[in-house]
Amino acid sequence: MSVSASTSAATYNSSSNGPPLRDRLAKLVPIFVLVPSIAASFLYVFVFTGWTLYISLSNSTLLPTYGFEGLENYASLWANRRWGIAYTNLFVFSAFYVVCAMAIGLMLALLIDQKIRAESFWRTIFLYPLAVSFIVTGTVWSWLYNPTNGFEFLIRNLGWTDFTFALTTDRKYAIYAIVITGIWQSSGFAMALFLAGLRSVDGDIVKAAQIDGASTFRTYRKVILPSITPIFLAVAVVLLQFSIKTFDLAVALTNSGPGISTTFPATYVYDLMFQRGQIGEGAAASMMILSALAVVLIPYSIYLVWHRRREAGHG
Amino acid sequence: MASLTIRNIRKNFGAVEVLKGIDLEARTGEFIALVGPSGCGKSTLLAMIAGLETITSGEIYIGDRLVNAVAPKDRDIAMVFQSYALYPTMTVRENMEFGMQSRGVPKDEQKSAIARVAALLQIEALLHRKPGQLSGGQRQRVAMGRALVRDPLLFLFDEPLSNLDAKLRVDMRTEIKKLHHRVGKTTVYVTHDQIEAMTLASRIAVMHQGEVQQFDEPQVIYDSPANMFVAGFMGSPSMNFIPGEIVSDNGRTAVQVKGVDGPTILPLTASHAARLNGSKQVIFGIRPEHVSRSGIGQKADIATIRAPVEVVEPTGAETMAVMRLGDQEITGRFDPDVAPVMGETITLGFDMSHACLFDPASRRLI
Repeated sequence: MSVSASTSAATYNSSSNGPPLRDRLAKLVPIFVLVPSIAASFLYVFVFTGWTLYISLSNSTLLPTYGFEGLENYASLWANRRWGIAYTNLFVFSAFYVVCAMAIGLMLALLIDQKIRAESFWRTIFLYPLAVSFIVTGTVWSWLYNPTNGFEFLIRNLGWTDFTFALTTDRKYAIYAIVITGIWQSSGFAMALFLAGLRSVDGDIVKAAQIDGASTFRTYRKVILPSITPIFLAVAVVLLQFSIKTFDLAVALTNSGPGISTTFPATYVYDLMFQRGQIGEGAAASMMILSALAVVLIPYSIYLVWHRRREAGHG
Repeated sequence: MASLTIRNIRKNFGAVEVLKGIDLEARTGEFIALVGPSGCGKSTLLAMIAGLETITSGEIYIGDRLVNAVAPKDRDIAMVFQSYALYPTMTVRENMEFGMQSRGVPKDEQKSAIARVAALLQIEALLHRKPGQLSGGQRQRVAMGRALVRDPLLFLFDEPLSNLDAKLRVDMRTEIKKLHHRVGKTTVYVTHDQIEAMTLASRIAVMHQGEVQQFDEPQVIYDSPANMFVAGFMGSPSMNFIPGEIVSDNGRTAVQVKGVDGPTILPLTASHAARLNGSKQVIFGIRPEHVSRSGIGQKADIATIRAPVEVVEPTGAETMAVMRLGDQEITGRFDPDVAPVMGETITLGFDMSHACLFDPASRRLI
């Protein structure tokens, strides 16, 4: 009864002023639901980015101040040797980490795709490192790299008493210790995506290639892998932005050492802002990280839009 | 000479037996259609001929070579898939080249083969396009082109027309028939569409539940179906089945069925009567086109029966009418000029020379 009464009231309302209340409510509900998250994203992404940008142009030191200083902070940042090391490290790490994690991930995916026994077992094993946080990975691997109780200790105890394995204590090679750990952590992730891609390829195409007389290798190279290029791109972009943000792995594994040899932009930002009280320069470094991310993500988004339009165009 | 011989082929998926001893043979140049409802095992059989599916037991010969253990690429076959299975990242030309490149065919031979096939299928203008830029019908042509650039012993088609819209399907059907006539290659064609099978094939194998129900020329299958499944599957609308009893009517053998005014006697032809062999209960089968208004185009051997008309479905060229016969519905095909109207009770004439009698227990043709 009450339902019908309110409905009729709403209907009555509609004749006098606009659409019925219920319809208007129905239109408002999506706005109620979406506004908080949109507002939060706007606040955290755009407002804080703007704020950081402003601080990077200010003379802030321990606390934010708003005396405009222009590009001073950027100039001093780029003049700093440590920032140079951080940026070089970032390039070395990104290159090796992305390429090797993808190569190993693809190899694992291809092996698992061969209709092996206990497939889900292997899949789980290779995907497991991703479930571990970078901090834990970094800590565990720092023990493994540690000469007194890691690989070196193990091999020496096996009888090779002259064996040395001291990646993390060598200025030149410590970065590769981080690279190897990062690859260990992420190749399973790459494998999962590649495997999903391989499985999405139409089985008839593979059969057609079989009848066409193509070897397994040729089928993969010419038919299957070319049709999953979007996945290669997606994996590369995800890994790249992982690597640009690298912080916890470096902190837990080497703590930027030995010396400053494994400084990363993110660890350097932390150092500037919270250890040395140079918020202005730290903000400038953050903006540099943001622009590095933008260089990767903006072209990718444009590519995705273009790709979707092209797909839609061909139906 | 036979291009394809299949002997007692069986296939199990785990405990499920999907093919239960298939015997088939295709003479050189023949067009064999494998037809049946989904799940009858026809596509599995084709995949086994192609070598894409292992054989549980039995033998497959292509030409006179036993191919049970031969890899698909060495079987000298070409296949057209239902999904077309074109390589999405390659152009039409590259799609057609791919197989020849894999086999190391010389470059100029590849060129001339593609030119020949492209002209045959009229796809020259599409050679530089990718499959994503083609319409369904064009993809279908390219898929056939990819099969045709080789000169295989055997062509395999796996429901090649089922992804096309109705009109295009009819056009492509004609094309395939023309093409087969011109190329003259032995072809095995899987379809669930009995009209495709009837129009294209030189012989049809009707499959059901993993067995070949009948393997014969289309007209033979249509006129004397081996059992009730074949009779019901081939032809649209399906054959009418009416349970009846064999009686003697003034010294003439007849079948008695339930009519609107009680039991009705349908006198049998002499040849039907001779084949009865003492059966008492039968299923009387008659195709809709052999049901007419009594008194129109009268021939010999017409049995009459009265029936109320329940539904009338005009299609333009002809009008289908559903009539009630006891607790059974039967369909008739009428010329629109003499079609009955809904609610009318008409006197039907059954053309007894085209009737079929089935054994109710074994469901086989008597």
